[in-house]
Amino acid sequence: MGDLLRPYRAVLASRIRAQRAYRTSFRADLFGTALVGLTEMAEVIVLFSAANGTLGGLDLMQALLVFGLAELAFSNADMMFGHVDSLAQQVRAGTVDVLYLRPQPLLAQLVTSDISLRRLGRTALAVVVLIWALAANDIDWGPRAVALLALALVCGFAIFCANFVAAGGLQFFLLNAEQVTNAFVYGGRHASTQPATVWVRGITVIFGFVFPMAFCAYLPAMLLLGEPGADWLPAWLGWFAPVAALWAWILALLAWRAGVRHYQGGGG
Amino acid sequence: MRVYARILAAGFRTQSRYLPAAFAGLLANATFGLLKSGILLTLVDDGGGEIAGYTAGTMAAYVWLSQGLLGSVNIWSLPGSAERIKSGAIAVDFLRPVDVQLAGIADDVGRGVFALIPRGLPSVGVGVLVVGMAMPAQVLPYVLGAVSLLLGIALSHSLAYLLGTAGFWLVEIRGLQVLYMGVSGLLTGLMTPVWLFPDWLKVIALATPFPAVMMYPIDVLSGRTTGADALWLIAAQAGWLALALAAGQVATRLGRRKLEVQGG
Repeated sequence: MGDLLRPYRAVLASRIRAQRAYRTSFRADLFGTALVGLTEMAEVIVLFSAANGTLGGLDLMQALLVFGLAELAFSNADMMFGHVDSLAQQVRAGTVDVLYLRPQPLLAQLVTSDISLRRLGRTALAVVVLIWALAANDIDWGPRAVALLALALVCGFAIFCANFVAAGGLQFFLLNAEQVTNAFVYGGRHASTQPATVWVRGITVIFGFVFPMAFCAYLPAMLLLGEPGADWLPAWLGWFAPVAALWAWILALLAWRAGVRHYQGGGG
Repeated sequence: MRVYARILAAGFRTQSRYLPAAFAGLLANATFGLLKSGILLTLVDDGGGEIAGYTAGTMAAYVWLSQGLLGSVNIWSLPGSAERIKSGAIAVDFLRPVDVQLAGIADDVGRGVFALIPRGLPSVGVGVLVVGMAMPAQVLPYVLGAVSLLLGIALSHSLAYLLGTAGFWLVEIRGLQVLYMGVSGLLTGLMTPVWLFPDWLKVIALATPFPAVMMYPIDVLSGRTTGADALWLIAAQAGWLALALAAGQVATRLGRRKLEVQGG
């Protein structure tokens, strides 16, 4: 097992060393990703403040709990899997061919080919917001709450990662239409920070079940807060987050397999 | 001047060759549009049918116009000139008998104007059909709106160009770009209308050129701002555009002296 993982570890260690080499640039990047997270949070604060009280059945601190959970899971997924999103350029440039030649699984190579430490800026902000929201909300602390928190973060991370992989698989088909996947990768991220009560029916189907974004943060948060949840998405569904994560990964791996088999080579 | 008109037309035609990309962008815009409508219309509803002067109809107009504009204005990315500054290829551009700044911006504006056809119009179409957005019934808002839209598109590309010129002094400007992306996404009014901001943030936003990129054109086009007020917004846009172009021109001239091309 150790031997099997050694090549991946070597690549990852080199990527980490490389990013720490240019310190000023790395610090600017960290600050930049934190700022992007901050503006996303500003959107939530502006909307819920303008609402004077509650919006979609949540008050500001409850909304920030949903936001913090979603943001932490997403920024972790973005750090580990975010670079899969650049597969479109690699397919166009024909550099994917190299991955096919090595005796390791394609997806494992791609995922371990980079790790974007600069996203830690956004992760740090998410941790602060989450702790703040957990402290400010009325939560019945005990094994149940801790289990829910862990469930949300692990399953949320898995679902966001699955979205990146599904998008990667589709890139083999889309070529110049790479933005199609933005709809569920970044649209999904946006959806995961919203209260599902405000969704129109079509969005509930797409981001409640097809891409199960409601399971990343909203449903577990509603269980934590003892709130009822939304029309088609009652809070108790939150316990099924692992099922949602499994479903997301089945879809993702199917899309990935179809993409990898479809690829004909860069002609080089 | 004719040469820049030609470059602009060429940009328009270039973009017409990337239709699948445009439709892909449209799908992403439509998804975000539906997500934004959900929460913003709930906000209007909870406010008793009106919030910060927005009704359900005008809020829907804001959502779909802002999403429709995304293919045309540049809020996030560096222009082509930035990559050429970094690689040194800009040295070749300086040898050409056209102004590097104006040629670059004209090309981008041409592409942006074309994007209104496959991305702008359908986005508005979705808004009208699916959520019933309100659009003015008179002709004048559309005339003023078209002017305001063009100014917004030109301003966004002029600002992006200016950002790219930082590359003359700093080799790696990705950090700067990420900062710009964060600030502009919020202050242009893409995430939420600027008019929903708390007062202190509104003051900050209005002191920057960003609302003139997107918020003002949407206000004029949707008929939220009319008459003399609309003319004021357009004047402000023109002022910011002149300022951004002047700054870009100065930065280009200074940068040209600073430019070092390695390798030769």
